[in-house]
Amino acid sequence: MSAAARRTLATARRVLAQLRHDPRTVAMLLAVPCLLLVLLKYMYDRQPGTFDRIGPELLGVFPLMVMFLVTSVAMLRERTTGTLERLLTMPLGRLDLLLGYALAFGLVALVQAALASALTIGLLGLQVAGPTWLVFAVALADGLLGMALGLLVSAFAATEFQAVQFLPAVLLPQLLLCGLFVPRADMAPALRVISDVLPLSYAVDAMGRITARSGVDGQVVADLAVVAGSALLALALGAATLRRRTA
Amino acid sequence: MMNSPAGSADDPAIRITGLVVRRGGATVLPGLDLDVPRGTVTGLLGPSGCGKTTLLRAVVGVQRTAAGTVTVLGSPAGSAALRDRVGYVTQAPSVYGDLTVGENLDYFAAVLGAPRTDPDRVIEQVGLDAHRRTPVARLSGGQRARVSLAAALLGRPELLILDEPTVGLDPVLRRDLWQLFADLARAGATLLVSSHVMDEATRCDRLLLMRDGRLLAHDTPAALLAATGASDVESAFLTLVQQHPQETVR
Repeated sequence: MSAAARRTLATARRVLAQLRHDPRTVAMLLAVPCLLLVLLKYMYDRQPGTFDRIGPELLGVFPLMVMFLVTSVAMLRERTTGTLERLLTMPLGRLDLLLGYALAFGLVALVQAALASALTIGLLGLQVAGPTWLVFAVALADGLLGMALGLLVSAFAATEFQAVQFLPAVLLPQLLLCGLFVPRADMAPALRVISDVLPLSYAVDAMGRITARSGVDGQVVADLAVVAGSALLALALGAATLRRRTA
Repeated sequence: MMNSPAGSADDPAIRITGLVVRRGGATVLPGLDLDVPRGTVTGLLGPSGCGKTTLLRAVVGVQRTAAGTVTVLGSPAGSAALRDRVGYVTQAPSVYGDLTVGENLDYFAAVLGAPRTDPDRVIEQVGLDAHRRTPVARLSGGQRARVSLAAALLGRPELLILDEPTVGLDPVLRRDLWQLFADLARAGATLLVSSHVMDEATRCDRLLLMRDGRLLAHDTPAALLAATGASDVESAFLTLVQQHPQETVR
């Protein structure tokens, strides 16, 4: 195993060990999206068609939000407790650190997406025309995007109060413009353009297409690629914010 | 381990020339020159806020500098070749509070590529054998500081930069740690240890007295006392301040 791979895996193991010491956070990570989806199902009890439309779209949104919050606070802690500075004086590359985080939280995102997808499609009886695994894949990509955005914004927060404020600042505009409330085609042109550059729009589009059409749509794959690409871009920008020398 | 061609054993462990550091418009270090010889324990003493931490950060290579050069073990401070040869302990313990002592050290050892037996060795060196499985957040402040110190001892670094490592420790522990520092120096390591407690000065081979970003003295404790005619380091410091009243930060 190369030295970089060893350091990345050690970092992932360490992040998972921290989670293991905090079972309440793990329980909330896994249970909260599921509970919200159950709530949604019974909200639209009288209009089953609405749940079939909104359910998959929110299936992608909830993991994104939860992962965003957890990773932004986790990374901020790394910065404020001095452990980041210690790591950067050691032979740990910035990418080793971020990939270690991505691996650990990616694993959590995987379990979370699997649980939420199984729950909505299995127990809650969501009707999806497309393949189930694709719903799962989009939910996972959303979780990874939330994680990458969380790592990035942690660089701009000095305290945990500020970090938490980035949820409404960064995610709510995306949620409003993603087509969940108003179809993207019906938005004013300026808003439509903004909506076109926000990654969450593609996540929701992808889920919408999977629900409506059977088989693997080329457009869904393209949407998925945009979400995954945005996650990678956010990770790369996050790496640029990890400075060895500070004032 | 990489052997830098410039890093012969006769070179000082640390060579600083014309170091200037500005932070937020204020000049913290107005131009500092310093050589620290290998295999010694050098004490960096001075009042709180005089620039000790800034100087140590510059040696580790995490401080943005405005001018001057800092050469550590023959390489520019902070360069990749130094990252497993220099151990750094910050003033506030920089370890994971939610992990146990053992988990912390196992992780840092893996990052350094240190032997698997290293965590046990350093836990014993700082006297935390009984706490390997205790979460760091449940330890006392002094114990936490020792976990942070233990992490810096992993991989047997050639240079140890310690920022106030003995704050809040009881006298017995302080004595034991200074004994450990002396043992490490005898084994060939170089230690630069900051403190604002002047009575720790007698434990050092060499002393740096610092005030307002300038070095007032750099000598052995005995020579310092002889030169100032003082009976202890605190009085020597006061004598030196009176001799150089005009030296304030530009």
